[in-house]
Amino acid sequence: MAATIADTGYLTGRKIHALVRQPWVLAFSVVQPAIWLFLFGELFRRVIDIPGFHFGGSYLDYLIPGIVAMNAMSGNMWAGMGMIEEIERGTLNRFLVSPASRLGIMNATVAEQAVGTTVQTLIILVLGLAGGARYPGGVGGCAVLVVASILVGVVFGALSNTVGMLLRSREAIIGVYTFFMLPLMFMSSAFMQTQLMPGWMQAIASRNPLNWVVQIGRSVLTASPDWSAVAVRCGGLLALAVVCVAVSVVTFRSYAKNV
Amino acid sequence: MSSAVEAHRLVKTYAVRGKKDRVKALDGLDIAVPRGIIFGLLGPNGAGKSTTVKILTSLARPDSGTASVEGIDVLRSPGQVRRMIGVVAQRSGADPTATGRENLLLQGHLYGMRGSSVRTRADELLEHFGLTEAAGRLARTYSGGMQRRLDVALGLIHRPSVLFLDEPTTGLDPESRAAMWQEIARLAGAEGLTVLLTTHYLEEADRLASQLAIVDHGRVVITGSPDELKGALHGDVVQAQLAAPIADPSVVYGALTALPQARDVYVASSTVTLRSDDGAAAVPMVLAALQRAGYPARSVTVARPSLDEVYLRTTGRQYTENAETNDNELVGASK
Repeated sequence: MAATIADTGYLTGRKIHALVRQPWVLAFSVVQPAIWLFLFGELFRRVIDIPGFHFGGSYLDYLIPGIVAMNAMSGNMWAGMGMIEEIERGTLNRFLVSPASRLGIMNATVAEQAVGTTVQTLIILVLGLAGGARYPGGVGGCAVLVVASILVGVVFGALSNTVGMLLRSREAIIGVYTFFMLPLMFMSSAFMQTQLMPGWMQAIASRNPLNWVVQIGRSVLTASPDWSAVAVRCGGLLALAVVCVAVSVVTFRSYAKNV
Repeated sequence: MSSAVEAHRLVKTYAVRGKKDRVKALDGLDIAVPRGIIFGLLGPNGAGKSTTVKILTSLARPDSGTASVEGIDVLRSPGQVRRMIGVVAQRSGADPTATGRENLLLQGHLYGMRGSSVRTRADELLEHFGLTEAAGRLARTYSGGMQRRLDVALGLIHRPSVLFLDEPTTGLDPESRAAMWQEIARLAGAEGLTVLLTTHYLEEADRLASQLAIVDHGRVVITGSPDELKGALHGDVVQAQLAAPIADPSVVYGALTALPQARDVYVASSTVTLRSDDGAAAVPMVLAALQRAGYPARSVTVARPSLDEVYLRTTGRQYTENAETNDNELVGASK
C-alpha cells in the first residue's frame, strides 16, 4: 500500500514534469475550445431570445459550462495516444519489468488527466471572464465545475486508454473520438436548452454524461444552485468514472500479464 | 542451483488475426545460463529470442514450461525476480521528455531506492557511461549511442545480479557498437554480472558470449561456447596465397589431397584453400607440398571456422539478418 502510494507519486511526478516542460501543449489544447467559446458566443448571441430558452445571463455565460465539458472530454479522449506511444517506446514495459506497483502506473495516468483538466478548465473560466462572462456562483461554483470536468475527463480518458491498450491503434482512438465527440456535444444542453430539442434527443441528453457536466456547471455558476440535483449528477459521474477506470485497470492487468 | 537463468521446455503460442492455427513462437526451448558469464541467444528475427526474454523477465507467460532466475520461479514469484534483474529492451524505454538524470532517479525510485543513495548511484552511472555533461539535457536530444548507454544505465541502477540485453547494438553506428561491446564485456568481467544477450549479429555473439545458444523456430538447435561450436565443424580453414598463378591446377590439387591432414581442397587461380583438424600443424606440410609442386606460397593464413558456418550447418540456412523472411534453403548444406 505504501509502495503503491509512493510509486503513484513518482510516476505522477514524471507526467506533471513533462506537462510543466511543455506548457504550450496544454495551452494549445485550449485554443480550440476558446475559438468555440468566442465564435459561438458571438454568432449565436441572439439564441437566448428564442421563446422558451429561459436563461438569465448572456449566451457566453450559457456557453461556458458546455465548453468546459467539451474540452474535458475531447482533451482526455486523446489519452490513449500517449498510452500507445509509451507502449511502442518501451517505457511501459520498462515499468512492468520493475517492481513498480501496477496500480501506481494506472493511478499516475488518472492523476495526470486530473491535473491537465483542472488547468484547462481554469484557463477557460478565466478566458470567459475576460470575454465578459460572469459567475454569480463564485469560487465555490467554479470549484464544483472543475471537479465535474475532472470526473468526465477521467471517464473518457479511461475509455481512450482502454481502446489504446486493446487495439494499439491510433486510428481506433480517432474513430472513438469522432464517434462520440460531436454527437455527445450536440445532444447535450451545451449549445441549446434541452427543452427546445426533439423528444428523442432529450431522452439521449438526459443519459449523456457530458450533459450532466454542463447541467452541473450551469447550476453551480448561478447565484442559487440546485445542490441536490448537482449532487445526484456528480454522483452519477463519479460512479461512471469508477466503472471506466476499473475497466481500464482490468485491461491493463491483462496487458501486463502478457505483453 | 548453479544456473543464474534456466528455462525448461518453454512453449508459447500467439493467436494471429486471419490465421486459424496459433503461431508457435517457442516450441520447447531449453536454456541454462551459468552464473557470471555472457550468454548469447543467437538467431534470426522471429526465432523466439525476444519471446524468451519476455518470459524470463516476467512480461509474458508461457503456455507451458518453467523459467527461473537465480533459482526463483519467474511464474510463481515475478515480484521477487523483478528485483534481481535488469532489463534493457530492444526499444529504448527512456522517457524522452525527461533528462537523463531524471530518468535514472525515477528508475531508482521505482526499485525502492531513496534519498542520497539513489542520487549517488545515478551520478555514478552517468559518470561511468559518459553522460555526466548531458545529464541535465532531455533524453530526446541524445544521440543513438547516448540513448543506448542511458538505457543500459537504467537497467543497472538497482545493481541487478542478472542483466538482460535484448539486441543491445541494433541500429548503432560502428563506433558506438564497439564501445557498447567493451562495456558489456566489462560488466560480466569486473562486476561479475550474469548477462543474457540476444542478438542477430553473429560477430557480436562471437565477440562477447562465452556460451551460445542458436535459436531457430522457437527451439535451441545447438548450444556451446563459440569455439566449441566452431570446433564441431571439424577443422580450421587454411588458405595460401601463391607467388605465381597456377598453370596446372591438377598438380597442386594432387599434391595437397595427398596430405593426410588436408580435406576439402579447393584450388583457384593463385589461392588454395583447405580444411584441417589442426590448421596450425598442417601449415608446414602444406607449404612443403606446394614447394614440391613448384608453386611456393607467398603467404598463408589459418582461420577458425566462423559462426556463419555454424549457423549454416545447424539451421540449414544461410545466415541473413532476416532469415525468417528469407528462407532460401542452401543446396548442399548439411546438418
